[in-house]
Amino acid sequence: MSFKRILITLLCVSILPLAFSCAGKKGDTIKIGALFAVTGPASFLGAPEEKTARMMVEGINAAGGIDGRKLELIVKDTAGSPEKAISFAKQLIEEDKVFAIIGPSTSGETMKIKSICEEGKTILISCAAAEVIVNPVSKYVFKVAQNDSDAAQMICDVMKKKNITGIGLVSSNDGYGAAGKEQMEKVAARNGIKVLISEVYDKKDTDLMGVLTKVKAMNVQAVVNWSIVPAQSIIPKNMKQLNMNMPLFQSSGFGNIKYVKEAGAAGEGIIFPCGRLLIADALSDTHPQKAVLMKYKKDYESKYKEDASTFGGHAYDAILVLTEAIKKAGMDREKARDALENLKGVPGIAGVFNFSEKDHLGLDINAFDMLTVKDGKFVPYEKK
Amino acid sequence: MRFMKHAPVAGLAAAIVIFQLATTLLGREFYLTQLTMAAYYCLVILGLTVLMGYAGQISMGHAAFFAMGGYTTAVLTKLDLSAAAGGLPRLVVDLGLSVTSVNAFGVEVRHLSPWVSLVVAVLLTTTVAFLIGIPILRLKGHYLAMATLGFGIIVYRIVLGTSLFGEADGISDIPAFTLAGGLAVSGDPELRVQNFYIAAVLLLAGLVLLLNLIDSRSGRALRAIHGSEEAANAMGVDTAGFKLMVFVLSAVFACVAGVFLTHFNGGVGPSEADVMKSVTYVAIVAVGGMANLWGALAMGIVLNYLSLRGYFGSYDELVFGGILIVIMLFFPEGLLSARNLKNLKGAAVRLVRGKGGEGADGRP
Amino acid sequence: MSLEQVLQYILSGVTNGSIYAIVAIGFNIIYNTTGIINFAQGEFLMLGGMTAISLAAFVPLPLAILAAVVITAIIGALVDFVFIRRLKTPSVLNMIIVTIGLSIVIREIALHVWDEKVRSLPYFTGSEVTSVSILGAYISPQVLWVLGIAAVIVVFLGFFFKFTLTGRSMRACAANMTAAKLCGINTGAMVTVSFMLSAAIGALAGCAISPITQTQYDCGTPLAIKGFTVAILGGLGNSTGAVVGGMVVGMLEAFSISVLPLAYKDAIAITILLLILFVKPSGLLGKKEAAGLKEF
Repeated sequence: MSFKRILITLLCVSILPLAFSCAGKKGDTIKIGALFAVTGPASFLGAPEEKTARMMVEGINAAGGIDGRKLELIVKDTAGSPEKAISFAKQLIEEDKVFAIIGPSTSGETMKIKSICEEGKTILISCAAAEVIVNPVSKYVFKVAQNDSDAAQMICDVMKKKNITGIGLVSSNDGYGAAGKEQMEKVAARNGIKVLISEVYDKKDTDLMGVLTKVKAMNVQAVVNWSIVPAQSIIPKNMKQLNMNMPLFQSSGFGNIKYVKEAGAAGEGIIFPCGRLLIADALSDTHPQKAVLMKYKKDYESKYKEDASTFGGHAYDAILVLTEAIKKAGMDREKARDALENLKGVPGIAGVFNFSEKDHLGLDINAFDMLTVKDGKFVPYEKK
Repeated sequence: MRFMKHAPVAGLAAAIVIFQLATTLLGREFYLTQLTMAAYYCLVILGLTVLMGYAGQISMGHAAFFAMGGYTTAVLTKLDLSAAAGGLPRLVVDLGLSVTSVNAFGVEVRHLSPWVSLVVAVLLTTTVAFLIGIPILRLKGHYLAMATLGFGIIVYRIVLGTSLFGEADGISDIPAFTLAGGLAVSGDPELRVQNFYIAAVLLLAGLVLLLNLIDSRSGRALRAIHGSEEAANAMGVDTAGFKLMVFVLSAVFACVAGVFLTHFNGGVGPSEADVMKSVTYVAIVAVGGMANLWGALAMGIVLNYLSLRGYFGSYDELVFGGILIVIMLFFPEGLLSARNLKNLKGAAVRLVRGKGGEGADGRP
Repeated sequence: MSLEQVLQYILSGVTNGSIYAIVAIGFNIIYNTTGIINFAQGEFLMLGGMTAISLAAFVPLPLAILAAVVITAIIGALVDFVFIRRLKTPSVLNMIIVTIGLSIVIREIALHVWDEKVRSLPYFTGSEVTSVSILGAYISPQVLWVLGIAAVIVVFLGFFFKFTLTGRSMRACAANMTAAKLCGINTGAMVTVSFMLSAAIGALAGCAISPITQTQYDCGTPLAIKGFTVAILGGLGNSTGAVVGGMVVGMLEAFSISVLPLAYKDAIAITILLLILFVKPSGLLGKKEAAGLKEF
């Protein structure tokens, strides 16, 4: 009996390499690996990123590719799990021998595969925001999402103008919220603004009356919510229901019109720093980003019948800077990496990229504008 | 008799060697990466099989024990002892319990030896499993399911809410685990083959241990408990003691797997402690046929391997959910049950005969 | 802590508690007739909410909710017909596994049918910014709707199980399946009814909470875990227990927030549940036999 069992096991095991050994190799394509959290708790990020990446690659290939080479995008859904990101990154680098990897969507996953990409000498362009990704700088690791500290500084600037000195900070317990919380606390202290209370809620929490009651009791002058999850539209609703009428600041994670629709009337007047995608229409025609923003918005919305978000924009930027580098340096990885590091003045969705040896983000505080919600739409927040 | 008992294990060992040689010959050694990871997950599954299949106790929180192993070693080996001036850190260095390794930025760091963190992790897991096992295993049915699920959620929350554990980001850049000489558990592609063997040896050792256990007096006692706890009790079996022993043992299996996989991956995140992870382990035990170590082993390797290679794409969870339903509806004894195997055996024998016995060495 | 604050925490606890209680009651209905804990109960809430939201784009809100309840009830019946009935060896372990599988499958199908985005129903009365003041504490009028619906469900179920033939037959199944069968009760049909009833209640609750909590493909699982916690805490199969358990967990959560970091909220409720189980394994109001009755 056991002999037969072992025979089956043996068969199963031996069939595995055969099953995969027929994966064909194509000659003239540029393989790009993509690690996105398409499903799972970070799907708010991963899903639009994946759609954007696919759309962009289709567009580039339809236009003849880069120097006659077609792009081949290999998307892997990590579901936000670091262990899958690790496995997939190794797979992409060693088996698929990709030219570069874009993603992952979250900072936790990015930090796990950073050294794998360094050792594999493969360019990694992360779509996560945490600053530890590029600080300290690693040779092959880049990121295209703006710095949380810059966003926090923008928020503090507005607060100072409004004479706000004591705030309540709430954030979600995912990587985005944790990184933002850390930066907001640091930057607020630097600006002489006191964080009277700082609370972390679960990313799946659906009722935040309790924590807001706690915040309210601290007599804060403003509330800052740093997260990327649907709680961003629950907080304003709960605040209104609790009769909390102080200003609400959110992070750039609010850059998705869906959240404004969910918040409804409660969303009016929320102030948040964000890239310019959401107010592309209001930009002057001479603005360097205008053309690229309008094109992305139009393409995405006509293809997927949903509103474009800044998260999808990160995938756009990742492919954009990568293809720019390949155009400059050709198919040599080292040269392409050097070219990427020296890219200057490339207008993308998040801002105008100026990379350097010391700066693997290439964006500064100018990538942000302060936005607010008026009549259910994003409008620029007037600077006075 | 003795030979018959060990023949399947020897066969498995041979299959492992054949597989490794096949991948090397075909230039596809990279398959070993996911296979190594799958082997560690299989260690959890083997432990859980004995708990669920033989002792009849469900655990929906086994990912928690895995995470305890992974996070304990991650936290301890990330402590920088380079500048240990006095006190406990100095003592650790003086006792020779520390090692140096080069981190991602090329800087040499002195840190606690992973051997020490392995021992600490196992001790911690044993203690926790023992302490919660006593009250939890008195519960039955849904109450037991809820209690183990609850334990899993608590550990997940602690991992996710504590800055020591890196909150949502987890812990990265964990140093390699140097076992002896040139042997090291690490994700370095150069060390892939030896890591495959380290995982395989660990898995085989675990398997032999469990096979011996279920074949011993304890094993018979366990099956008696599964059949009817009252009857077993009446016959003088220390049911509580046996259940607790198996619970602790399976927890230690999960913990050791966690320690090794964390060093292999070089990082650990909260998703390892997630409830969905525990459910996946239960699913694989069910597919393997509950009281069937070989079935659990085979399904554990195959399903984890496919999942870790992203074979199911964004349908990964759907596949595992679907498997649970299909298995329970159509193969409640597991896919590799005696009956299903009998049918399969006929087909396999015909296949092997038809090909003159050459079909099993993995060559095209 | 000021009086208003205490009151605010109580209101918050009652709101969440009543949501948990409805989910727990859904668990209990199915448990009583079949001995199954239906881990897919949370998915019924999600399905109800999602269906109503999709329909609300075409028909008036009350009609959309009614249709969603009916559709979800039909799905509940299908779950019984297609899966539960076909179980060859209906042991507790197998039941747990199959319903967990169902929960995952329904969730993932919802992800691919709809998408990962959040949606919500409009407020039944008022809007996002309306707020009712009670002695200095504030709540949304939707909370009153949730409380009202929860109360109606509890009263309706009490009436249904006591005075209708179907309800009494279901209770007979709960007491002794074989005896019920011998008395000529169509036990199979009763199981189907319990699934439909449970799904319908779940869907109604899913619609009622949607404006407050918003609905998303994976919002069912956390609710199911909470509901399960509450059902166990109150004693499986005991509807009064579910309400009491719901309030206990809701209050515990609300007040734990006031003294401890929010990050550990779930852990606190569950730790207390575990402690209670260790002392009294049958839950707060559960009978001792109930805990031992359904074994593996």
